Amino acid sequence: MTPARPRGRALLVASAVLVASLALGLMAGAAGISPRAIALALLDRLPLVSVHSGLAPVEEGLLFQLRVPRVLLAAVVGGLLATAGAGYQGVFRNPLADPYLLGAAAGAGLTVTLVVVFIGGDAGVGAVPIAAFAGSVGGVFLAYALGHTAGRGGGTATLVLAGVAVTSFLTAVQTFVQQLKVDELQRIYSWILGDVGGGWDQLRMIAPYAVVSTVVMLLHGRLLDVLSVGDEEAVSLGLRAARVRFVVLLAASLATASAVAVSGLIAFVGIVVPHVVRRLAGWSYRIVLPLSFLGGAAFLVLADTIARTVLAPAELPIGVVTAFVGAPFFVTVLRVTRRVET
Amino acid sequence: MSGRAVPAVEARGVGVTLGGRPVLTDVTLSAAPGQWLAVIGPNGAGKSTLLRAVAGLVPREGEVLVEGTAVDDLRPRRRARLIAYAPQSPALPPDMSVYDYALLGRTPYIAYLGSESARDREVTRSVLERLDLDGFASRPLGHLSGGERQRVVLARALVQQAPVLLLDEPTTALDLGHQQQVLELVDRLRLADDLTVVTTLHDLSLAAQYADALVLLAAGRAVAAGPPARVLAEPLLTEHFGARVRVEPGPEGRPVVHLVRPPVSSATEKA
Repeated sequence: MTPARPRGRALLVASAVLVASLALGLMAGAAGISPRAIALALLDRLPLVSVHSGLAPVEEGLLFQLRVPRVLLAAVVGGLLATAGAGYQGVFRNPLADPYLLGAAAGAGLTVTLVVVFIGGDAGVGAVPIAAFAGSVGGVFLAYALGHTAGRGGGTATLVLAGVAVTSFLTAVQTFVQQLKVDELQRIYSWILGDVGGGWDQLRMIAPYAVVSTVVMLLHGRLLDVLSVGDEEAVSLGLRAARVRFVVLLAASLATASAVAVSGLIAFVGIVVPHVVRRLAGWSYRIVLPLSFLGGAAFLVLADTIARTVLAPAELPIGVVTAFVGAPFFVTVLRVTRRVET
Repeated sequence: MSGRAVPAVEARGVGVTLGGRPVLTDVTLSAAPGQWLAVIGPNGAGKSTLLRAVAGLVPREGEVLVEGTAVDDLRPRRRARLIAYAPQSPALPPDMSVYDYALLGRTPYIAYLGSESARDREVTRSVLERLDLDGFASRPLGHLSGGERQRVVLARALVQQAPVLLLDEPTTALDLGHQQQVLELVDRLRLADDLTVVTTLHDLSLAAQYADALVLLAAGRAVAAGPPARVLAEPLLTEHFGARVRVEPGPEGRPVVHLVRPPVSSATEKA
């Protein structure tokens, strides 16, 4: 049963975790700004509130031009990747489906490499997010089109196989292109490993896509639950199953593309977060989708905080942290919940 | 009892081609309101496909009418309020609770982006109660026995509140006692709610005991239709099942089909 109260409680707990991780992310850093001053400075920004934080203009600039957009971007990217992962898993009825399985990562990797290699320079850097966006949408579209024509009716397995094929092919092309210009390898790899330091500009750029894709996915929670009994039964219940899958697929791909465009390739979030959520809060997509957003956001904020503090002043690529921290955490959750279940 | 002249469900000239191979050819069937119609036939005759064609789950030729309305003209949710369908081996997500699964039966009554109303929950609860499943409401589907599973699937179909119930082999994988329990339950519900039931059944004697009418399907064609005593004729069964059988009159004129071993000859002993 899914009574309203446990769902509400789970959302409340997840929101609290997210707020705590945001606070932690704001406090961490070399400049040593006190938590009290951060809180006051944030309060000061609220309409109708005027308090004095005691921060120097430099510190204030650091806080609002670097840290705040950084934790927010980490939260948005983490939320998008995790929600998209949950969405794909619902569409394909496969807990292993994730944003990167369907050619999104490979597509973005290829277009970004093309831009860096053939345009290069500052113009190339500016074009990276757009290239990544187009590439990941293109990758998913290719996988979808291939899976649709190859398998009559577009069965789940054919689509996933098509995604695997598209990924291998695009990755091969990408490797070929990058070897043409080895001196750009550093730049390509630093994008692939991912970061969330894009600032307000990038946050503004993806905001509309992030909002639309997330809202569309959240609205389809109940319909994904109906799909979980299989396409045929869903159709016998009066659901246009193919249309629901297509809409959610589109929204999840848009979410992935937005995240990839500003952060590079951050693996693991889309597959681990929904899994942990499912273990803790049950099977229904009505709760899995929103909790994945909150959990993914908190997870990536924490991962980014670790990434920029553990080797300070040097920074670790965030993708390394998500895998390094995420994998053991994932295994722990699997073990603990199994014990509880039996 | 007005409107008895219009069949509750009627299929005319149904043809289905799967993968370029004709699976059903020009099949016609009809069930009066409140009737139990069983589709019988050898393996691969197209029994399940016929049910799926009637439910609108496979592309087909021909016409399907429910209470005189062509279902092709109806929107999917409208159609799902007229025809409920339970497949032979339904996908039962192991973590989903019995209540949530049964509640899915309300899907045709919920707007695309809407959510369940108090009435949807009420209907679901009362159906679970009727099927003695109220004690199971919060149990995960993965923890049910075969008989319980079958009842839960039936509950989901009943929650749909459709006048026509299509059940594909409702007794598969059940032992003798549970087969009887499930079929008795279906019969009770049919009589109480005036439901029209169309089932595929591979057990001919069971089909004869429960159904008012049979359709014998062979190689995708309806080769015989009518009351059990007429369809279950030895020559017909021998021809289409390739089996040696003896048909005996049973209780209430419902025939019982026995398998008869061929006489042991020296030839078969050597082989």
